Amino acid sequence: MANTLFHKVWDTHTVRRLPSGQTQLFAGLHLIHEVTSPQAFDMLRQHGWRVAFPERTFATVDHIVPTSSQRRPFLDVMAEEMTVALERNCREFGIPFWPPDHENQGIVHVIGPELGLTQPGMVIACGDSHTSTHGAFGAIAFGIGTSQVRDVLASQSLALDPLKVRRIDVNGRLNPGVYAKDVILTIIRRLGVRGGVGYAYEYGGDTIDRMSLEERMTICNMSIEGGARAGYVNPDDTTFAFLKGRRFAPQGAAFDRAVAWWRSLASDANAGYDDRVGLTAGSIEPTVTWGINPGQSVGVGERIDGDARDEAFAFMGFHPGDRVAGTKIDVAFIGSCTNSRLSDLEEAARIVRGHKVAPHVKALVVPGSRTVSQAAEARGLHEIFRSAGFEWRGAGCSMCLAMNPDRLEGRQICASSSNRNFKGRQGSPTGRTLLMSPAMVAAAAIAGEVVDVRTMLDEVTA
Amino acid sequence: MSQAQAILSVTGRGLPVRGDDIDTDRIMPARFLKAVSFEGLERHVFEDDRAADPRHPFNDARYKGASILVVNRNFGCGSSREHAPQGLARFGIAAVVGESFSEIFQGNAAVMGLPCFAADRESIDRLQSIVEKTPEVTITADVQSGVVTAGDVRIRASLPSALRDAFVSGQWNPTAMLLDRFEEVREVATRLPYVTGF
Repeated sequence: MANTLFHKVWDTHTVRRLPSGQTQLFAGLHLIHEVTSPQAFDMLRQHGWRVAFPERTFATVDHIVPTSSQRRPFLDVMAEEMTVALERNCREFGIPFWPPDHENQGIVHVIGPELGLTQPGMVIACGDSHTSTHGAFGAIAFGIGTSQVRDVLASQSLALDPLKVRRIDVNGRLNPGVYAKDVILTIIRRLGVRGGVGYAYEYGGDTIDRMSLEERMTICNMSIEGGARAGYVNPDDTTFAFLKGRRFAPQGAAFDRAVAWWRSLASDANAGYDDRVGLTAGSIEPTVTWGINPGQSVGVGERIDGDARDEAFAFMGFHPGDRVAGTKIDVAFIGSCTNSRLSDLEEAARIVRGHKVAPHVKALVVPGSRTVSQAAEARGLHEIFRSAGFEWRGAGCSMCLAMNPDRLEGRQICASSSNRNFKGRQGSPTGRTLLMSPAMVAAAAIAGEVVDVRTMLDEVTA
Repeated sequence: MSQAQAILSVTGRGLPVRGDDIDTDRIMPARFLKAVSFEGLERHVFEDDRAADPRHPFNDARYKGASILVVNRNFGCGSSREHAPQGLARFGIAAVVGESFSEIFQGNAAVMGLPCFAADRESIDRLQSIVEKTPEVTITADVQSGVVTAGDVRIRASLPSALRDAFVSGQWNPTAMLLDRFEEVREVATRLPYVTGF
């Protein structure tokens, strides 16, 4: 019977139907970090439970690590305590752990893929809502809470209800200056921040087919911002080429067998979907958010439409009919699990090269992992950013959620390549976030205000 | 916590928080996640919203001691932080009635024994209005029937069937169930090519 990848993966991982009516689902890969795991380990100890499959969980630190100096002990006593707690928990339960000074350290959603831990056909769980990122490989990846982290540690499984599947087709060529970030912001704008509740999003169409894995990760990463707990792209030759030779990917003849299995899991051509939506790539513009949820966005040249009573207007300082272009910014942040990979930094560097950051702007680039950082430095990107006036930082979540020293002050406005523009998200209760692509952040840093990156792109290509 | 009790109904006074898409960063700002336990989170529920708005319902003395939160659409969206429902539960919230919930929030709340009931917009508005007018009114939310009453107001609200059954049977904390037939977990592992090495 024709089936979707979601249902094939769900079925192969189903342990049983629980007495409660939920499905017990095997979790093939579990990633943990310092923020949502310590209470889970405490619960294990209270009950005397062991970790069922310690070799299927991997740990690192990302949320709380400072990015200016990663010297231990961290200056922030709580950040140090959380790191020490994770080290101790991993040692006690036999879980592989990459500490802040390890070459594999980085944001969990960046290192899982780059190490080849993330593979097609897996069920992946992590105590972080952006776990949907891993769906770019054709995995079903769920963000979970701490009690569920406990469940996965204790039983390598989860109690879940199945999701419906919405197919989202994007077809046609993206215009220059339009990136994966603009595609997903446009999808969320169109379907709304709660449009995906109850669904997994399957992204397809020729635009998605032509995308690199890094671009697909940006798309899948923000599925949760559209309300969809999981999002994925069917695995294809691009996926397999990305995985070949990665440290935890199958090697040699096993790789060829893996490819055959991975291919078999892709949604069948005549699979049925609970819903279908289509977008034309050519109509997508460089997109920026103006409000306090990721669905409140406009094309950079477009006027904001909406009800003036919406609290987003008062909080952000915009009025219906305003344009976001021309908004003066205080901070420019390139980073986060959405947009901190090598290709993101390369696109931003293309814009930055030969320019200076506007004098009133604090600008920082935070690579998603130590591996990304090294690759970028090998290409000289750090010099391009530094000579323009950007700070070049160590790997971590940084200003995406400000659980570390990187944060907004007062009513500052930040052009940000991250994923959430919620009130207070970047560390100041009154701080304001404008989400956009890394290239758009780079352009805003130089202009000192939000501008259409295409005006600078002409200069780059000329 | 493994010996869970059946949760058949929740009774208490209401606390209406109006607004769609209230995310978990607002319920529990990230700086309060910098800890290795959930203790004390009740002090920081909606902290920034409360500071910004003196009339925020969580500042309103009329709702002191209330245990049933009444909210609108997509409550608890965004971050998967369990600190949000943990903070609410430690504050004294025993049930949430709203138009809709983020799935991660609803699941996190369920595992802690905090049922999230969903009802239509008009019903929620009636419930919020009666609580705003008469904060002392007693709300009763019945898990099995999905009936929520408050004074003259009687609305239909529901839980996803699996969660409803889990509350009624006292199996809302699933770890024991997940470990119950662990040999079946091992069987699935041996069938998965990536576990066995292809």
